[in-house]
Amino acid sequence: MKHEAYDVIVIGGGHAGADAAHASARMGARTALVTMSESGIGVMSCNPAIGGLGKGHLVREIDALDGVMGRVADRAGIQFRLLNRRKGPAVQGPRAQADRELYRAAMLAEMKAQPLLDIVSGEVVDLDMDSGRVTGVILADGSRITTRAVVLTTGTFLRGVIHVGDERRSGGRMGDKASERLAARIDALGLPLGRLKTGTPPRIDGRTIDWDRLERQPGDDNPVLFSFLSGAPAARQVSCAITHTNGRTHEIIKENLHRSAMYGGRIDGVGPRYCPSIEDKVVRFADKESHQIFLEPEGLNTYLVYPNGISTSLPPSVQEDYVHSVVGLETARIEQPGYAIEYDYVDPRALDLTLRVRDCEGLFLAGQINGTTGYEEAAAQGVVAGLNAAQAARGGDPVTFSRADSYIGVMIDDLTTRGVVEPYRMFTSRAEFRLSLRADNADQRLTPVGLKAGCVGETRRTVFERKMEALGAARGLLESMNLTPKEVRGLGIEVAQDGSRRNGMDLLAFPQTTFDQLVGAASELGNVTPEIRAQVKNDAIYANYIERQKQDVAVLRREEETQIPLDFDFQALNGLSNELKMKLTATRPVNLAQAGRIDGMTPAAMTLILSRLRQVAQSKSA
Amino acid sequence: MDTIFALASAPGKAGVAVVRISGPAAWSAGRALAGTLPAPRQAGLRRLHDHGGGFLDEALVLAFEAGRSFTGEESVELHLHGSAAIVQAVLKELAAESGLRPAEPGEFTRRAMENGRLDLAQVEALADLIEAETEAQRQQALRVFAGALGDKVARWRADLVRAASLLEAVMDFADEEVPTDVSPEVIELIDRVQHALETEVRGFESAERVRSGFEIAIVGAPNVGKSTLLNTLAGRDAAITSEVAGTTRDVIEVRIDLGGLAVTILDTAGLRETEDRVEALGVARARDRAERADLRVFLSEQDEAPDDIAARPGDLSYRTKADLTGDGKGISARTGQGIERVVSDIRAALVDRAAGAGLVTRERHRLAMTHGIERLRAAADVVRQGPEMYDIGAEELRSAIRRLDSVIGRVDVDSVLDEIFSSFCLGK
Repeated sequence: MKHEAYDVIVIGGGHAGADAAHASARMGARTALVTMSESGIGVMSCNPAIGGLGKGHLVREIDALDGVMGRVADRAGIQFRLLNRRKGPAVQGPRAQADRELYRAAMLAEMKAQPLLDIVSGEVVDLDMDSGRVTGVILADGSRITTRAVVLTTGTFLRGVIHVGDERRSGGRMGDKASERLAARIDALGLPLGRLKTGTPPRIDGRTIDWDRLERQPGDDNPVLFSFLSGAPAARQVSCAITHTNGRTHEIIKENLHRSAMYGGRIDGVGPRYCPSIEDKVVRFADKESHQIFLEPEGLNTYLVYPNGISTSLPPSVQEDYVHSVVGLETARIEQPGYAIEYDYVDPRALDLTLRVRDCEGLFLAGQINGTTGYEEAAAQGVVAGLNAAQAARGGDPVTFSRADSYIGVMIDDLTTRGVVEPYRMFTSRAEFRLSLRADNADQRLTPVGLKAGCVGETRRTVFERKMEALGAARGLLESMNLTPKEVRGLGIEVAQDGSRRNGMDLLAFPQTTFDQLVGAASELGNVTPEIRAQVKNDAIYANYIERQKQDVAVLRREEETQIPLDFDFQALNGLSNELKMKLTATRPVNLAQAGRIDGMTPAAMTLILSRLRQVAQSKSA
Repeated sequence: MDTIFALASAPGKAGVAVVRISGPAAWSAGRALAGTLPAPRQAGLRRLHDHGGGFLDEALVLAFEAGRSFTGEESVELHLHGSAAIVQAVLKELAAESGLRPAEPGEFTRRAMENGRLDLAQVEALADLIEAETEAQRQQALRVFAGALGDKVARWRADLVRAASLLEAVMDFADEEVPTDVSPEVIELIDRVQHALETEVRGFESAERVRSGFEIAIVGAPNVGKSTLLNTLAGRDAAITSEVAGTTRDVIEVRIDLGGLAVTILDTAGLRETEDRVEALGVARARDRAERADLRVFLSEQDEAPDDIAARPGDLSYRTKADLTGDGKGISARTGQGIERVVSDIRAALVDRAAGAGLVTRERHRLAMTHGIERLRAAADVVRQGPEMYDIGAEELRSAIRRLDSVIGRVDVDSVLDEIFSSFCLGK
């Protein structure tokens, strides 16, 4: 057999690339991370924060699979907040402001500490292909590196155009140049492309902000970290501040709308509705008198501040004017003007559940190139692509995720069956099994998956097994309790005096019941650690609802297990409407569950597909 | 796995009607009705009773073990007397059993297939079943979504999407400028839909008897002989017939037994432009009913066709007043010429369509609404407890919406996000 230089080559050192390369190497694949320069690894090109609602869930899941984003964010975090702390645990999401420099350094250290991972500095200008499969990459200096699988994580490089007011130039992030030849190679693959846009705000010199006049937003007193392996924040903790736009700000923006790249008609890409530019906010919500701006420090050793909430493509002089109209920013100096960027993305429906391009062996795509936005979404895709590139390179089974087991599964399924209409971002509302897919139980859901796949290291295995043991013991104690209503009332818990006996889990299911109250009835419970107490309480609250959803999950699982072969001919199905035939052919569902989610699908049509699948299977086995 | 049931024989009056129950709770459901079950695969005569002990029917009962039935699951077959009323009562009784629900079209077959109980030839035959179902569904959708119910349904849907979006906005955009307590508005929205559904369900109950059966609309120009045909078919003077055009100002319904099928025949006001406001209303209603009917019978004297009601595949058309025109192929209610042919044509057309699930579809709607109401009530209760319970409230609401999706159409997360993004200015 021919010997390749690497099993897997990951192109790009952003969030998708870093977690992809690390995942691949964890699987035991010899991996190269090719990036323009080492200093580009782990750069946060947009706001200096990790996590949030839905996104925090993704970070926990990456961590549960022993990925890097969570522990790097913990090392770089300078303000931790658990969002929705006062709502149910299913919708609580950890979030942190991160020091850009610390984050970058910690990420680079993680990459370097991984023995099977090499960092190669260079610009990939083309892929080596041989009869429909990727065999290597070609660098700008003409050198070639052979490989069995490639993960492409090049963000917005496909026809990226940067707009600052009426100026425009080609490029990915500020300062990078787009790679024309690689773009041409992607074109040659004939993948369906779409166009999106996104924007950033101006960066401000924090020394010129009048902090004393602004409302402060400190971190939580009891910081909740991302990684199941982390204890406490490593860096010094700081506060953010909040200010607001006002009538004057809005006037300035309205007067200059025609000079905005977005409103001047110079941008065709579709932007995210949940992250609109300040121009959009002023126009679309004209009756709103002010919009909040979060002033987020970019780090401990920099004076740069990221004003979250005012991304823009207005000319720099207008940016100056409207920034100065805001309380606390009257004399603020803009360090770098905000800009909008337009780029092509690959319609992710061209990918399978492992993020491999369906029509190209060995080529995986992850991150913004698939139409997503956000570091967390990118990193999570990186993990999926990295794991599977390693498997593909070494002939292992694919590692796939389901809507029933993770936000990662929800995202991959959304992307590959529905495609995107705006930059795709995770929300908790996207997960129909939200009550069971919690940040607090990500390890219980996914660490076993990671252990089976082989991407989880010894340290995590030990921690995880110990936790599961403690959890099992605590649950056992609670379930063995058997209390009469009278005894329950004696613990200070109000229940119906209906004569029925209840155990500890039953009682914890009442929102008001605390773990402490139960210790009165079973003193061994006093030894249970706070972490485990919180976990069983969370499990108990949702137990009834999760039980109810089990049937839905079972149906989903069964349908997911019914695979539809790549060459399945939907056109040949008698009795299916032409409209459905067209939709199925365009979407190419890989299993029955995906087929069922296609708009307009009927139970009868599902039966028809299933019957044909059975026929195909029988004729093959015959 | 749910246990499913449905009428397995063709709908309509017949000697025997077979209701099939399949799934893990099939035997217990059978026992609930019949008291005891005969030994597997042996027929036994049983008296069926409802929950209140009321007598339903005397039936031949068969039980099948898993692996030895059509579907491969535990099954029960009830061979009832073939009356629509008995079948309806038994289906309703089964629907009230927990863990049971009416089968989706083709679901028995699907289960049989999943359990490896069908051979290839049988699988091939499925395509026909699908065609039949699609037509039944199209008719059903048209009926539900036409007219006033369509508007109501759209309002319920909008209210529920709005309620869900409020809850989701509070949770998914906690850090942004969204309200923190939306309970009053959400509860108001949920209550409104819940009450409307309750009214609808009550209406269903009383209308059920009247409405079970097929609707056939007789359409045609004024004075072409629609009412005369109706009277002939019904055998009594149900509609006033006269020779003055425009006599029938409303839609007249006559329920008849047409060769064993329960049928409602609609005599519609003659379709013509009119100055008379009352008659104009009648014409509008006629058009509406004719559009929604299961089958249209077009009558004409010459070749003229009613301008704006389109004939669908399978609809029938006849030349009338053959006694006057001497048309051998025409019909005449007065002489009885061709009336037998009309009856047999209608019957043939309906039996074709009966492959769908006429009765069960409506029963399914009623059940969907009943279950939806329960979940809506639970959702409102949880939301009332405040924002810290919104995650559970949203789950109850989601489950209510899922149960209602056959009524209001599927609501996926994109509709909810659309509502959020159009209501709130987000993006920190």
